[in-house]
Amino acid sequence: MKQKLVVIGAGMASGRVLEHLTDAAPDAFDITLFNAEPRGNYNRIMLSPVLAGDQTYEEIVTHDDAWYAERGITCRFGEKVVKIDRDLKVVEGENGHVPYDKLIFGTGSNPFMIPMPGHDLDGVIAYRDLEDTEQMMGMGAGNKVVVIGGGLLGLEAAAGMAARGADVTVVHIMGHLMERQLDPAAGYLLKKSLEEKGITVLLNAKSTEIAGKDGKARALLLEDGTELPCDLLVMAVGIRPNTALAQETGLAVGRGIHVDDQMITSDADIYAVGECVEHQGEVFGLVAPLYDQAKVLAQTLLGEDAAFKQRSLSTKLKVTGCDLFSAGDFAEGETREDIVFRDPARGVYKRLVLEGDKLVGAVMYGDTADSNWFFGLIRDAEDVSEMRETLIFGPAYQGGATADPLSAVAALPPEAEICGCNGVCKSEITAAIADGATDLGAIRATTKASASCGTCTGLVEQLLQVTLGDDFQMPTAQPICGCCDLTHEDVRRLIKSQELKSQEAVWQELGWKTLNGCHVCRPAVNYYLLADWPVEYQDDPQSRFVNERKHANIQKDGTFSVVPRMWGGITNPAELRAIADAAEKYDVPTVKVTGGQRIDLLGVKGADLPYIWSDLNKAGLVSGHAYSKGLRTVKTCVGTDHCRFGTQDSTGLGIKLEKLLWGSWTPHKLKLAVSGCPRNCAEATCKDIGLVCVDSGFQISIGGAAGMDVKETELLVQVPTEEEAIEVVMAVTQAYREGGKYLDRLYKWMAKVGLDWIRETVVDDLDNRRALAERFELSQSIYRKDPWAEQAKEAPRFAPMADLTLEAAE
Amino acid sequence: MSWIDIGHIDDIPLRGARVVKTPVGCVALFRTAKDEVFAASDTCPHKGGPLSEGIVHGQSVTCPLHNWVFDLNSGQAQGADEGQIATYSVQLDGDRILLDSTSLGQRSAA
Repeated sequence: MKQKLVVIGAGMASGRVLEHLTDAAPDAFDITLFNAEPRGNYNRIMLSPVLAGDQTYEEIVTHDDAWYAERGITCRFGEKVVKIDRDLKVVEGENGHVPYDKLIFGTGSNPFMIPMPGHDLDGVIAYRDLEDTEQMMGMGAGNKVVVIGGGLLGLEAAAGMAARGADVTVVHIMGHLMERQLDPAAGYLLKKSLEEKGITVLLNAKSTEIAGKDGKARALLLEDGTELPCDLLVMAVGIRPNTALAQETGLAVGRGIHVDDQMITSDADIYAVGECVEHQGEVFGLVAPLYDQAKVLAQTLLGEDAAFKQRSLSTKLKVTGCDLFSAGDFAEGETREDIVFRDPARGVYKRLVLEGDKLVGAVMYGDTADSNWFFGLIRDAEDVSEMRETLIFGPAYQGGATADPLSAVAALPPEAEICGCNGVCKSEITAAIADGATDLGAIRATTKASASCGTCTGLVEQLLQVTLGDDFQMPTAQPICGCCDLTHEDVRRLIKSQELKSQEAVWQELGWKTLNGCHVCRPAVNYYLLADWPVEYQDDPQSRFVNERKHANIQKDGTFSVVPRMWGGITNPAELRAIADAAEKYDVPTVKVTGGQRIDLLGVKGADLPYIWSDLNKAGLVSGHAYSKGLRTVKTCVGTDHCRFGTQDSTGLGIKLEKLLWGSWTPHKLKLAVSGCPRNCAEATCKDIGLVCVDSGFQISIGGAAGMDVKETELLVQVPTEEEAIEVVMAVTQAYREGGKYLDRLYKWMAKVGLDWIRETVVDDLDNRRALAERFELSQSIYRKDPWAEQAKEAPRFAPMADLTLEAAE
Repeated sequence: MSWIDIGHIDDIPLRGARVVKTPVGCVALFRTAKDEVFAASDTCPHKGGPLSEGIVHGQSVTCPLHNWVFDLNSGQAQGADEGQIATYSVQLDGDRILLDSTSLGQRSAA
C-alpha cells in the first residue's frame, strides 16, 4: 500500500526531493504538495534575469503542470496550510484536510524587514518572489528606487532596475559591498562597475526611517540626515528561516527547524529540507547544500542509509555581468600570506590566501574561470608549495612538479599589468624590448617597470627571456665581487645575524676566497662593520678609497682638493681670511665656490695636506667631508633671518642638523638642504633628505638626487616641531645606514624598501624611530669628530719615506 | 746588489704604502697584511695615478684613479687591462726595509 506523503512548500529544495523520489520509486508514495504561492516550483535564483528582462518567468519554471501530473502529484497551490495535527497525522489546508504518513516541511525563508518606522508603507518590498519581481519590473526611466542592502540580492535588484532605466541608489551599512563574500579590493571593483552602470552606491550608510505620504513610501532617511526620494524601496537585507508553522506544530525550532543528519525533525515522521532548517547550528541560503539535503531526504524516505554533511562552501556568482568567486577563509592574519594578481584594464582581481603550504581562501573578481580548481585545493587542503610561483595563473600552468613560470608570463595578455607601482603593462614592456631595451636597466629607463619597489623584477626578467629567448641571459644574484659568493644583502644580513665584528671574522665565516678582499669588497665590508658595530669595530683607513683615507679628494694629477666645513653654508670674515691665507701659503691654483655652499681649494699637494689642515684648524675650520660617503653638506637659505617669505629658521635648523650629522658614514654620499619656504631656494627637493619649512611645520622629503640620475624627493612626513624634524632626519639616516647597500644613494635604497615601508617603520612607529635615532647618536659619539685634526698629527706619513735622489747625485 | 736602509716596517701602514723618491721617479713601498714588502713604480701606466694611494689587497694594489689592479710580484696588470709597472728588489732585515739601489740607479748610471 502506498504511503501518504505531504509536502509543504514548492521550493527548490522540496522540488529536488520530489525529483529524486519519483525517479527512484515512482509508486512508493501518494504525494500532495501545498504551496502558498499560486504556482509550482521555479528557479528563484533566476529571478534576476527575469527582472533584467533577459528571461521570462516561463523559462525559469522548473516543474510545470505537466510534470506534476506525470508523477501523480496532487497540487494545492495558492492554498496555505492552517494547522497540523500530529496525533491524527493530518494537515489542515484552507480548503480541506489531508492525512499523511510522512510530512515534509519545505517552508523556506522569509525576507527580513528592518522594523524601522515606515517599513509597512506601500511601496516597501522585499526581493523574494515573482510578485516582488513584477513590482520592480514596473520601474523604469523617471522612477527613483532605493535598495537597502549591498548583498547579492540587493545588487541584483539594483542592477535589474537600473537596466530598465530607473534611477537606483544602493544603501549599504558596511564599508564594502558583499562583505561576506568579498574582500575590500573586490568590493571596490564591484562598486566601480555598478557605478559605471549609473547606480549610486552609498557605503557605511545607516537607514533610520522611511518617510511616507498618503500611506506610500516617499523617501529613505539616513542617519547623517540625507534624504533619498524614492518611488519604490526594496529591502534586501537578508532572510530568516520560515518556522512559524513548525513552531505552532510543536517541533523543535531554533533559528530554523532542527533536523538531524537524515533531515528528520523532532517528530520521527516529519522531515524538513531547505532554507527552513537548522542543522548543527547552521542555516543555509545557498543552493548547493540545499540540493545535498534534498538528496539525503529522498534516500531517507526510501529507507536507504544517507547522512547530510556540511561542506566548506564557495560562492560563485554573477552580479550584473561581473563574475565573482569567493571560497574559504580570506581574512587577513599574521600567519597568512596573500598572492594578488590585478589587471586593471580587464577589471580582474584575484587574491589567494595561503597559510603555510595550504591554500585557505580565494577571492576572484572579473575572471573566475579557474575557481573550481582553486576551490578544490582549498577543500582538499592540498600542499601548494610546489606550484606557488604560478599558482595564481591557474591549473593551465601547473605542469606537474616542473611548473615553468615562463609559460605563465608568456600566456599573460598584453594588457596585463606587470609593474603595479608605475602602472606598466606587458605590451609596453614588449614594445620597449622590440625598440632595443634588452636588459633590466634599459627596461627600467624606458618604461619605469620594476624601477620602484622592484618586486616585479622577476616578471620583467622573465618577459625579457620569453621575448628575447637565448639572447637574454637571466641574471643570477650578483655576488659583491670575485672574492666571495655572497651578495651585498647577504653579507649585511650575516654580519648582523652572526655578529661578525671584524674583517677577519667576515673573511673566515663567510668563506672569502681571497686573503683580505679587494678594492671592491673591502670598502663595503669596512662600511658594513662600522655601521653595524660602531663601538666594537675600528674603522680601517686602509680599506678605504684614497679620498676617505686622505680626507681630501684626489684630482687627476694626483693633487688634492680641500674643502673646509661651513655649517649650513654660513661663514664669517675671520674664516674667509684664514682660507685666503691658506690658499696663498700653499700655492693653491684654484679657489672655487661649490654647489653645496662651500669653498673648494683645488690643487693642494699631498704632502702639504696636514699643514694646510692644521692652519685651517687654527681658525676653527674643520673637514667638510666633501670626499666622503657620509654627510656632505646641509644647504640652507636665509629663512626668517632676512627673507620676507621665510616661515621658519631654516638656517638655524640646517646648522643644527649639520652639527648632529657631520662625520657620519653612510652607504653613499648624503646631502641635505633646508629651505625656509616652499619657494625652496636651498633646492631641498633634489637632496637625499630635503626639508621645506611651511607655516605649520616642516615637510621632510627624501630620495632626491641631482647626479647621474636626477630625482625629485618624495614627501615622507610633515612634522610640527623642529625637534621632531631632527629626530626623523636622524632616524631616516640611521635606517639608510643600517639597510642600504654600499654605494647605493638613498633613493636607490628607498626604491628597494619602498617609501611606505620607511614611513611605517621609521616615522610612524615612534618606538622604532627613537631607537634608530639613539643608535645613530651612539655611532656619532665615536664618529662626530674632525679627521683633519687627527691626521695633522701624523704629518710625517704624508711625506716621502726617503729621498734617494740626493744620495744618487752624490 | 747594493742595499739601502729605507726605514722601519712600521713606517708603512699595514696594507698600505709609502713613497720613496728615487732617480727613476717615485717608487712605492707596499706592505701587505702578512708583512711582506714590495717595491714598484708609484705611477700607473694608464693615467699616471699614484699607486701608493691605492688599496692593497693580497699581493696586489688597485690604482685609485681607475681601478687598474697590479700584481706586486710581476708588476703585471690584472684582468682585462694591459700594462706593467716596474718592480724593484726589496728585502726585510728584521724590521728594516732594504731597497736595492743598483736596480734604481740604472737609468742615471746609463
